[in-house]
Amino acid sequence: MALLQIKDLTLRFGGLCAVNALSLEIEEGSIRSLIGPNGAGKTCVFNCLTGFYKPSDGEMLFQGESLVNKKPHIITYMGMARTFQNLRLFKSMSVLENVMSGMHCRTNAAFFTTAFRTKGQREEEKHIREVAEECLDFVGILNKKHFIASNLPYGDQRKVEWARALATQPKLLLLDEPAAGLNKDEKSRLIDLMHKIRDKREVTIFLIEHDMGLVMKISEKIFVIDYGVKIAEGTAQEVRDNPKVVEAYLGKEEEEETA
Amino acid sequence: MAETKNKHKIKNPFEGIIEKLFMIFENKIYLYGFFAALVVFLVIFPNTSSRFTQEIMTNLFFYVVVCLGLNIIVGYAGLLHLGYAAFFAVGAYTTGILSSRMGMDFWLTIPFSIVAAVIAGLAIGFPTLRLRGDYLAIVTLGFGEITRLTIRNLDVTGGAIGLIGIQRPEFFGITLNQISHFYYMFFILAILAIIVSYRLENSRMGRAWEYIREDEDAAAAMGINVTTSRLYAFIIGSAFGAVAGSFFAAKMTAISPDSFMFIHSVMFLMAVVLGGMGKIPGVVLGSVLVVLIPEVARGIGPYRLLIFGFLLLIIMLYRPQGIWPEKPTISTDE
Amino acid sequence: MALHEILLQQLFNGLLIGSFYGLVAIGYSMVYGIIKLLNFAHGDIYMIGAFSGLIFLSIASPYIGAGWPSLILGLLITMLLVGLLGVLIQRVAYRPMLKAPRLSILITALAVSMILYNTVMLLSAGRYRAFNVDISSESFYLGALRLTETRVILIVAAFTLMFIMHMFITKTMYGKAMRAIALDRDTCQLMGIDVFKIIALTFFVGSALAAAAGIMAGVYYGTIHFFMGFLIGLKAFTAAVIGGIGIIPGAMLGGLLLGLLEAFGTQIPFIGTEWKDVFSFAFLILFLIFKPNGLLGRSESERM
Repeated sequence: MALLQIKDLTLRFGGLCAVNALSLEIEEGSIRSLIGPNGAGKTCVFNCLTGFYKPSDGEMLFQGESLVNKKPHIITYMGMARTFQNLRLFKSMSVLENVMSGMHCRTNAAFFTTAFRTKGQREEEKHIREVAEECLDFVGILNKKHFIASNLPYGDQRKVEWARALATQPKLLLLDEPAAGLNKDEKSRLIDLMHKIRDKREVTIFLIEHDMGLVMKISEKIFVIDYGVKIAEGTAQEVRDNPKVVEAYLGKEEEEETA
Repeated sequence: MAETKNKHKIKNPFEGIIEKLFMIFENKIYLYGFFAALVVFLVIFPNTSSRFTQEIMTNLFFYVVVCLGLNIIVGYAGLLHLGYAAFFAVGAYTTGILSSRMGMDFWLTIPFSIVAAVIAGLAIGFPTLRLRGDYLAIVTLGFGEITRLTIRNLDVTGGAIGLIGIQRPEFFGITLNQISHFYYMFFILAILAIIVSYRLENSRMGRAWEYIREDEDAAAAMGINVTTSRLYAFIIGSAFGAVAGSFFAAKMTAISPDSFMFIHSVMFLMAVVLGGMGKIPGVVLGSVLVVLIPEVARGIGPYRLLIFGFLLLIIMLYRPQGIWPEKPTISTDE
Repeated sequence: MALHEILLQQLFNGLLIGSFYGLVAIGYSMVYGIIKLLNFAHGDIYMIGAFSGLIFLSIASPYIGAGWPSLILGLLITMLLVGLLGVLIQRVAYRPMLKAPRLSILITALAVSMILYNTVMLLSAGRYRAFNVDISSESFYLGALRLTETRVILIVAAFTLMFIMHMFITKTMYGKAMRAIALDRDTCQLMGIDVFKIIALTFFVGSALAAAAGIMAGVYYGTIHFFMGFLIGLKAFTAAVIGGIGIIPGAMLGGLLLGLLEAFGTQIPFIGTEWKDVFSFAFLILFLIFKPNGLLGRSESERM
């Protein structure tokens, strides 16, 4: 059974249909991409999956369990983590503290254990710190753990977001335009990192991306949507040769003439 | 870079002045030395001062406890609470009723007052925090009035006159009835409040509150239950207030609705905001200012609230982090 | 009095008090809609309106008396001045805080409220002030309903203001711009709408209406007090939430409903007038639990 199954997912805002009867499956251990022109509804799909939007219709199954009507923090707890298109770090907190946030749902110290600082609570704190440091090490910025997040250069801030998502110990990682704003060099390192995450941590990756080159390189299978409707799916080659995809990205010839 | 920094300085007249004053405490030895000296001074203080000064200091410690409780809600969780006096009243009246009407021992009433505050906190917090955080401000304001009017209208609370004959607590056979007894009692309570606050701040829960304050959506995406975390803060803060209320009742032996008016909620909030929301030393400093300014400058009596109003506005406009400086941050040298 | 007569009388009273609540609630709701601020100082604006009206009357009455003509003149002048005060407050206290955390701007609003009511408290020596007007207090009957000329004029005036407000919001460009800014401030700026001007206008209109309600309340109750804004601020918020906060017709509707609720609530046996306010606030909390988006509000988009 696929790790994530989406069946006829539909999201309407008033009269506007942002996602229309979208169905797709993501197998465990794969890297899959969702592409489409600007405003095609890609981020809306992510927001439905992670519980930020409530879909109007359809079903989403993660490890066989429905995600519909679940709150974002429950979905994260179930094993799905995400990054945001525009970085959403805890800006005035340290890098380490940022990553420690991911461990929140895997730990449970509450008021009394904290007030009396029990042995269990101290060990848990230590564990949180260790996991966070391990995640920072994994993405390669452990040496910057005491920096304030907003003071880091953009590329490093992205890495903090990744480490933070990894700290939630996900099975599926949703990446919303991970390459946006990165230079060529950083992009190639990003590809390595994605493979490393999949292979070493056994995390399935589902990403949204604009950079066609990157998508073609990394994903075994690509889904293309336009106006919320899936118009193609297949390998990079298949998608590239699909006339519907070309049309969605470049427009029909007649349109181009009138434009 | 240097240019933009200078511009900022012109805009904010307070920038940097207080930070420089505090540079001396960067050295840990000075800091610990200062603390040790302060504690020693406060312990021997009652032997060297008048009853009146002890009374003021006891009031100060009391403010520290209450404001640290309010700080959990306002400072840590970022929720505006405008009816904190009501939770304080819940504690005071629970102890008052159980003690004066049923003759229960003071120490036994404390769990009851905590339970009462938790129930009240849940009743107010649960519906409101599920919605928008800032609705809480007005609902707590309304709750403050409901509580005050209810204790005014009921018989069991003694109506407008209030309760009398609340028993003094006993502590290892000694009946606490001297001002110096209460001085030490509130001193210990304040230290406990500081320790618990410090531990909360540097814990999984404390961080969760900070994450939510920084970015609610990102916190939710990291698996933090935003509503529950806020509700926790609200309830813990309420329980702090109720405990302080119980001790207040024991010290006063008589309580009336007039001790729990809106204006008291505002003064507590003032102390939290002036010193610096979310910072323990800031809250202590704020309590010192709110308690001592009216005592030192006796002449300002009627203008007190007006002055505090302007002070609050100025702090918000020019130094929203409060008087106490932010903890130093490491930045990349650009 | 027969039961239906009591009910009819309370219906009128409820609508009259409710129209005051409604006028104050409009400003509350508009400001919340446009900059998402719970303006605690709004109740104090109402109180300032009442005091300004009183000051005008005491200056003008030796020349033009204290009858209806001078009251109406006083109402208009007070609305203008207090409206400008609202704009000033917005400019000094709120505008610098628009990008600050929500908590900061709420505390700022609280500070403004403290400054306003403490100033009036000091100036009025904290005493109740008689709102002396020279108008007929003779009562007459309309069917079973006992009325006075004053009450009829007040309720007509309040409803007229609400109607004008409704037309302003729905029919003019300014009203459209206000609603647009409430939806998306940044886009409006890009579209060439002078956002700060519209926000200032919102404060002007809201404050002017609250001031009008303050004067009317002065005429109705006969005395005014520096703390009168505190309770009505709370109730106007309740009214705004009942109607759906940010929705202007909702604020009017909510105000009227709350007025009726209080009028009839105090008629229920065992609930005396001393429980009236407890009753209103408990209603607010219950309302938040069961109908958080208000009567006219749509559910909060599709976001969870």
